[in-house]
Amino acid sequence: MKLYTRRKIRNAFWLVASVLATGFGLFWLIWLLWTLLANGLPWIRLSLFTEITPPPGSEGGLANAIVGSLWMTGVGMLIGTPLGILAGTFLSEFGRASRSLSGRATALWAVFGLLVSLSGYLFDSGWLYVPGIALILVAGAMYLLGDALIASIVRFVNDILLSAPSIVIGVFIYSVVVLQTGHFSGWAGALALALIVIPVVLRTTEDMLRLVPDSMREAAIALGAPQWKVVVLVIYRAARAGILTGILLAVARISGETAPLLFTALNNQFWSSHLGEPLANLPVVIFQFAMSPYAGWQHLAWAGALLITGSVLLLNIIARVLQRGRVQSY
Amino acid sequence: MDGSPASASRLKLPSDWQDRLFRGVTRLFAILVLATVIAIFVSLCVEAWPAITKFGPGFLTNTSWNPVTEKFGAAAPIFGTLVTSIIALIIAVPVSFGIAVFITELAPRWLKRPVGTAIELLAAIPSIIYGMWGLFVFAPIFADTAQPWISDHFADWPVIGRLVDGPPMGIGMFTAGLILAIMILPFITAVMRDVFEVVPPVLKESAYGLGATTWEVVRGVVLPYTKVGVVGGVMLGLGRALGETMAVTFVVGNAHRISASLFMPGNTISSTLANEFTEAVGKLYTASLIELGLVLFFITFIVLALAKLLLIRLTAREGAQH
Repeated sequence: MKLYTRRKIRNAFWLVASVLATGFGLFWLIWLLWTLLANGLPWIRLSLFTEITPPPGSEGGLANAIVGSLWMTGVGMLIGTPLGILAGTFLSEFGRASRSLSGRATALWAVFGLLVSLSGYLFDSGWLYVPGIALILVAGAMYLLGDALIASIVRFVNDILLSAPSIVIGVFIYSVVVLQTGHFSGWAGALALALIVIPVVLRTTEDMLRLVPDSMREAAIALGAPQWKVVVLVIYRAARAGILTGILLAVARISGETAPLLFTALNNQFWSSHLGEPLANLPVVIFQFAMSPYAGWQHLAWAGALLITGSVLLLNIIARVLQRGRVQSY
Repeated sequence: MDGSPASASRLKLPSDWQDRLFRGVTRLFAILVLATVIAIFVSLCVEAWPAITKFGPGFLTNTSWNPVTEKFGAAAPIFGTLVTSIIALIIAVPVSFGIAVFITELAPRWLKRPVGTAIELLAAIPSIIYGMWGLFVFAPIFADTAQPWISDHFADWPVIGRLVDGPPMGIGMFTAGLILAIMILPFITAVMRDVFEVVPPVLKESAYGLGATTWEVVRGVVLPYTKVGVVGGVMLGLGRALGETMAVTFVVGNAHRISASLFMPGNTISSTLANEFTEAVGKLYTASLIELGLVLFFITFIVLALAKLLLIRLTAREGAQH
């Protein structure tokens, strides 16, 4: 065989393999979605949204689980989003200068840390020592290190949080919230979800703010705007679509999370929208019902699965459309 | 006004305190993130302490897991975690590579975005859905068709026969690995696609100009240029596979044992936690489970650090070339 033919055949072989690989990937997506529709769609009905989870063998819906999920997702987002955005702002806007903390500010932080530790002593909650001592150490580190170094440390640590298995986050919240308060609660679940939101939002915020050209910052500063106005009124506005995309992706990510809720929010068979007690939520209900031997429960599990996947995919598509708008506008 | 430069640079603006406040608040939240990660590490260590002192480093190599006699060892879950993740990588890496090549080099322009989006949607599906699908849809079909065929044809082979030994149950280490592969596919594909796209067109065009085929360009130009990034992407995928919980819990079989066969039920760190954590009674049992979590945290941390290091090296080299 001529060398040329052999090269052409080898090329064709690998290209066909590449097309097949793509087909292989798409094949699972289609199979998964088809399974969901086939098993879930027949059980999507109004009672799903109006009735609470039934005892085995009787009819019911998922209303309490849906409400519980919405509550925890909402609270988790409310805690995680501002935190993530502000921390991301620090990394992008202030983490460039190697400015150290002033002596006075260090002292203030250290005193604050002492107060936290002291309140742990006063209220007999030993776990408060951990953030208290951490605050003192961090204040000292900031005095010695400066903003740029802090920013790169936080950036690395955020990646650890981003890749930390969500079940480990569940274990953490279990030991600092559930064990200390003595019971499972919606708050614990919401906090666990917030810990998953923070790194996602922080990362996208930083990336999006960095995409804003420096000339915009310089233009605003030249007009005499204080830096916080530059950030809030100019930079945030320019990066709005990108940040929103990050937030939507974070919502999508936590609305399907099961592992961190297993031993934080636990579950609740009854109607409750009170975050102080165990709270029903879609993922854990789906887990429990799917593993059960009762047909009625399994049907509800499939309906819930379809519901979650549908909303998550919808969020993803909206996020993508938003992002496309941003890319084209530059 | 005295015009000395020193006093000019110390000029106090009325908005100074606002800036300081804003910067202080953002810094506070950034440090809160740092403090949280430190707190996660510290609290895991504190809660796992009874198990750490009781079992010592032997915890990692001990295979027994007996809540009744309170003898705990992490070898079986660690083994399961590593094996399922390796299976996932063996399947997902070549497939992701194929998809990335398809998207960047082969697909017509109108097809790039839909295919890319569809693959990324695989990452959006919640892991519990993969678990349900794996247990109720995939496992029965796999047990009825593929597994008997494999046992018939490969049972007598020297090494492979051992790997595929066992009753056709559908669930087990292999099924868990396969589902993990589908789940990490989109992550590896995304990184590979991104790094393939940074290859300067001039390099590829030169190779094409010399008469290279598409495959030769990929093999001889794109891969060498991006290999560090590709490995980084693989590590990121590995990190996801190691920590994945719900999908694995459904299909891995949840048996505390180490068996040579991939078709036997096994266990991973995360599935052990998901199954046993709420039921654990006694301080030592809970502490052992938390120590398992700590081990998982360490493993993913090491994988992440390696991935970061590789990706940093890639960007450094890129910087040197431009």
